[in-house]
Amino acid sequence: MNGLLDPLLQIVLVPLVSALGFVLIASWRIASWLNIAVSGLTFLNALRLVQGGAREGEYLFADDLNLFFVLLTSFVAFTTSLFSAKYIAVEIERGNLSPRLARFYHAMYQSLLFGMLLALLANNIGVMWVAVELATLSTISIVGLYQTPEGLEAAWKYFILGSVGIALALFGTILIYMAAEPVVGEGYHAMVWNVLTDNAAAFSPRLLNVAFVFLILGYGTKLGLVPVHGWLPDAHGEGPTPVTAVLSGLMLNVALYAVLRFKMLLSLNAGAIAPGPILMTLGMASLTFAAFMLYRRDDIKRLFAYSSIEHMGLIAIAFGIGGHVANFAGLLHVAMHSLTKSAIFFCVGHIAQFARTQKMSRIHGLTQSYPLLGWMLVISVIAIVGLPPFGLFTSEFLIVQAALTLHPAIAVLIVLLLLVAFAALMLRLTGLAFGEPHGHFETQTVAIVPMVLHLSLVLSAGLFIPAQLTAWIERIARLLG
Amino acid sequence: MSNLAFDVAHLLAGGLVLASFILLYQDRLSGLIHVFALHACLLALSVGWQAWVQQSPHLYLTAVIALAFKAIVIPVSLLRIMRRLGIHRSIDIIGGVGTTMLLGIGLVALSMVVMLRATEFADPLAREDLAFALSVVLLGMLMMVTRRNAVSQVIGFMSLENGLILAAAGAKGMPLVVEISVTFSIVIAFIVIGIFLFRIREHFDTVDVQAIDDLRGERRE
Repeated sequence: MNGLLDPLLQIVLVPLVSALGFVLIASWRIASWLNIAVSGLTFLNALRLVQGGAREGEYLFADDLNLFFVLLTSFVAFTTSLFSAKYIAVEIERGNLSPRLARFYHAMYQSLLFGMLLALLANNIGVMWVAVELATLSTISIVGLYQTPEGLEAAWKYFILGSVGIALALFGTILIYMAAEPVVGEGYHAMVWNVLTDNAAAFSPRLLNVAFVFLILGYGTKLGLVPVHGWLPDAHGEGPTPVTAVLSGLMLNVALYAVLRFKMLLSLNAGAIAPGPILMTLGMASLTFAAFMLYRRDDIKRLFAYSSIEHMGLIAIAFGIGGHVANFAGLLHVAMHSLTKSAIFFCVGHIAQFARTQKMSRIHGLTQSYPLLGWMLVISVIAIVGLPPFGLFTSEFLIVQAALTLHPAIAVLIVLLLLVAFAALMLRLTGLAFGEPHGHFETQTVAIVPMVLHLSLVLSAGLFIPAQLTAWIERIARLLG
Repeated sequence: MSNLAFDVAHLLAGGLVLASFILLYQDRLSGLIHVFALHACLLALSVGWQAWVQQSPHLYLTAVIALAFKAIVIPVSLLRIMRRLGIHRSIDIIGGVGTTMLLGIGLVALSMVVMLRATEFADPLAREDLAFALSVVLLGMLMMVTRRNAVSQVIGFMSLENGLILAAAGAKGMPLVVEISVTFSIVIAFIVIGIFLFRIREHFDTVDVQAIDDLRGERRE
């Protein structure tokens, strides 16, 4: 530990300080450049942290599992800040957003980043809960940023459902404390992750079971699992697109991380229920629901929001199956989904700005009107539906393989549902990308770097994963049990 | 002493559940706000009693915060918002009062069954408190479901949070960090809601959530 220079401390402090600092910066141009710089610094800190390996502190800790999520979060947050600068400039030029609101937006962007990173690194279930709540409140206020009736409704719905979810999660957290208290004694350390995992075997199994039900419903709300997904499509559809990308690519992952930690805790106790089947059921419900809901969408952002529910369902199934292969596939899928989905939202953000609409029935022939953007969309949708040679093909293949060893029927069902979703997205894509272009034609600069970066990472993961990375993910998969 | 401690805690937590039931059937906004103030007072007393029994001074702070913010500041400002927005009229309860009350009773029974079984070996005081707390949480949720009006949904949410604080206070030696943060989150949440309510007012002349629902027509034409 070397004080303030310690990456473990810095990675949390930098977004916090800049969130407070951005309130004072009047110029949105400077703020958006600083936003890039600060997010870049956070990414560098994450790299330093990963290089340092696992560590245990009193308040913050790092092990392979949360380092994986931290690296992903800070990378996508950095590339999104590049996209965000372009996006916000257009919005302000058109008068959709006042400079005063842009100032608020940048402060909230960093506060969201702070909340997510703190939730991932906190060594205390109470602090983790507070951090998730903070991140949620930040996103709620950004979703309502445009103050349109639809935006406000989305924010309100997110607020109500999110609060109920977070309340359930807190109740679960209190129950975990009550289970730990007779074993490890009263006070702060009965909520510390290390202490909990070391002593989990001696906790009351019944209390753990009840706690897990609350926790999975609570954090599952944030994760967008059916039946507690109601806020997700609206919140994705209405907010500024950079936040949609962060929400889909990262916020869902943070909730997933919380669920995984508690799942690990439960699996250490012999008397407790197996959390796997619960996760699988919820995941299967999400996958089924979202795959069919994809057909009825007309709003382009809501379409891909439903696709996020679908992929989160698939990830829940993977971790529900458990075992090394499924966990490996789940982790890979988390990373691939985050990268691809945020690349899609970068595309969609520009498209909606060019076309001045989010309605797909009014957008056609993008490959002709905007060849670069149109083909980027084609490539990223091909990646998200899980076609080779992209990384999502690898992870989905592994998930199906793991399901096959569990029960062939499950694997068949997963494949069928994936095909349903595949057909829906392809149907929409042909309408969007090909045909006779109509609508507005404008030439504007596009933030191409983040898209190319994300898609090339997804492509290279599909072709070849370095042995070092494979070993790392395998280690985490073993950790997950 | 220990018998008295148990009885008083029981009385106060039971009172909180009762207040939750009163909230369920209030059909006027001003009545709702007043009952919520009572709810928060009972919570403050209950947490204060836990502080006395457990001899943990930090719980007194939680009790004071509950009293100051939730029993005084929030009801007063809600009444002011109500007057400013001119929403004195009565509010409808989805499904009617009778059904809602029956559902409420069912939820209380459910929480008793779940919690008392799960915490067989825990300290009896904490055990009963937890069962009552879960009842308050579930009743708060029921209230949020059965109301369309935004202000009453917020009150439902705050009564739910009261249940959570009761649970946190009942858990012996639960670190301060949680209580403070819960309270903080309520304050933050309240600010957020305040902003929302004013914006909603600006746009629609109503705080009825149903009206917002109607504005969204996402279905494919």
